[in-house]
Amino acid sequence: MSLSKQQIEHIAKLARLDLTDDELNKYGGELSRILNYIDQLKEVDTEGVEPTAQVTGMENIFREDEVKYWDKEEIKAALKDAPELEDNQVKVRRILD
Amino acid sequence: MKLNEFTIKEARKKLDDGEITSVELAKACLARIKEANKKLNACLTVCEKEALKEAEAADKKIKKGEKGMLLGIPYLAKDNILTSGVKTTAASKILENYVAPYDATIIKKIKNAGAVLLGKTNLDEFAHGASTENSAFGATRNPYDLERVPGGSSGGSAAAVAADMCIFALGTDTGGSIRQPASFCGVVGLKPTYGRASRFGLIAMTSSTDVPGPITKTAADAKIILEIISGVDKNDSTAVKAPSSANQHKIPSGVNGLTIGLPKEYFIDGIDKRVKEAIENAIEKFKKMGAEFKEVSLPTTKYGIGVYYIITPSEVSSNLARFDGIRYGYSEQRNGSAEDLFSIYSKSRGSGFGPEAKRRIMLGTYALSAGYYDAYYLKAQKVRTLIKEEMDNIFEEVDCLLTPVSPHPAFKIGENSSDPLKMYLEDIFVTGASLAGLPAVSVPCGYDNGLPVGMQLIGKRFDEEILFRISEAYEAETGWSKTKKLKI
Repeated sequence: MSLSKQQIEHIAKLARLDLTDDELNKYGGELSRILNYIDQLKEVDTEGVEPTAQVTGMENIFREDEVKYWDKEEIKAALKDAPELEDNQVKVRRILD
Repeated sequence: MKLNEFTIKEARKKLDDGEITSVELAKACLARIKEANKKLNACLTVCEKEALKEAEAADKKIKKGEKGMLLGIPYLAKDNILTSGVKTTAASKILENYVAPYDATIIKKIKNAGAVLLGKTNLDEFAHGASTENSAFGATRNPYDLERVPGGSSGGSAAAVAADMCIFALGTDTGGSIRQPASFCGVVGLKPTYGRASRFGLIAMTSSTDVPGPITKTAADAKIILEIISGVDKNDSTAVKAPSSANQHKIPSGVNGLTIGLPKEYFIDGIDKRVKEAIENAIEKFKKMGAEFKEVSLPTTKYGIGVYYIITPSEVSSNLARFDGIRYGYSEQRNGSAEDLFSIYSKSRGSGFGPEAKRRIMLGTYALSAGYYDAYYLKAQKVRTLIKEEMDNIFEEVDCLLTPVSPHPAFKIGENSSDPLKMYLEDIFVTGASLAGLPAVSVPCGYDNGLPVGMQLIGKRFDEEILFRISEAYEAETGWSKTKKLKI
């Protein structure tokens, strides 16, 4: 199968990746080739087979939903890498217009 | 013998006997790093000052009579494992200046055991690759031939252990990333059972197959590290206590009488002649030691790569969504060039991620997108079930499996980098154990024109013990770990 430029642009938008025209072209070809290889999975009979998402066989594990207090130094260290802070909180651009 | 050439066991004895100090040991490793790293580019960060301080503290404890398997032993950690106060970059521009506010659980455990962190090692960006060429900070080179790759993605750790820049190193293995570089660099690399050691504080790649593990000079050393990093963790509920029945075999000790399986799908045409010879010689050696061999079949092996390259990019696209330019890492919000939220996301990610990370994010996003989920992701998960069941069942017949790690020794830098599919096919013999979550080890078993060759032993779930038993017996018989001829 071959992915169109439009499809590649759509995937890049879903993935929040700003790609150059060169990159769009390159990934279009490469992804098509990789998907063609992966198409061999179609020949496997998986009728009635359960999917495996993880191999431990474990079920959900719950914990108490409780607040843990960090000391000032820990908070400072965690916020230090954010691009913009205000009142000790990470500042983000408007989400809704 | 130089101090940095010691194994953990050797260094432990010398430290406890008072023949050497931890500071001397750390200095020897740091000197070797200074000398060799210019050519190898195995280390991204070296924390000399911190290391010497830790070594001094360890020496005081040893003097007071304190004991600890790793007390005063210097090591390196792959740079996708979080270390509080020391940079963790995942070899990506998007995390170029990132300093984690906490230690990964395995780092905490190694630290509690007294080990001294020397620095962080190079990798393929976010562990995406099999050559360490995908690092944003330059490729690592193989100490056996500087024109060749060390394998990947834990190529920095494997090259550093081979070149004696440390006593041991930590790596991560998602689909061969510890075993394949260990085989290319002639050292021991263990991928533990999925769930054996906590993933908390590893920069997540493929959460359903990621495991941390040791890269060491001997199998006995790998066993020491595994014991320390194993165990449950309230921060990673997939880390579990191993069932005590896991390592029971009809033959309680030694190799004599064990049954080793040879899966015929792993002995195919296209394997380099000398790799094949090295594996066959190892088999002959084991026969002399009394092991029995049985040809077995794992017919779904050929679908391993296809399944792996759907599941991995899918999980990658989801795990790498956290790098959004908002909370940490490279951000276009800093230089004000992106006005709205969408542009901050897409421009930060577009500039911050390298080509292979982008490729995998794109592939995974596609495989998980509406209309394609069933055909790709769900289908791959179902074939994964078949691979897992087939491998689990084989251990009713055999104690462990023996295979090559890679069809060939280390390839030349640049040889595969223009063809992503060719690079993906590098993983042919190592993805099975990852998809099934089984323990597997790469052990040096010979040379191909001066380049190391590794054999892979795969065990049943939580039975790392049989892998150590067989590898240690093999090392004692052949002494490969003492035969290296480095080009550096």
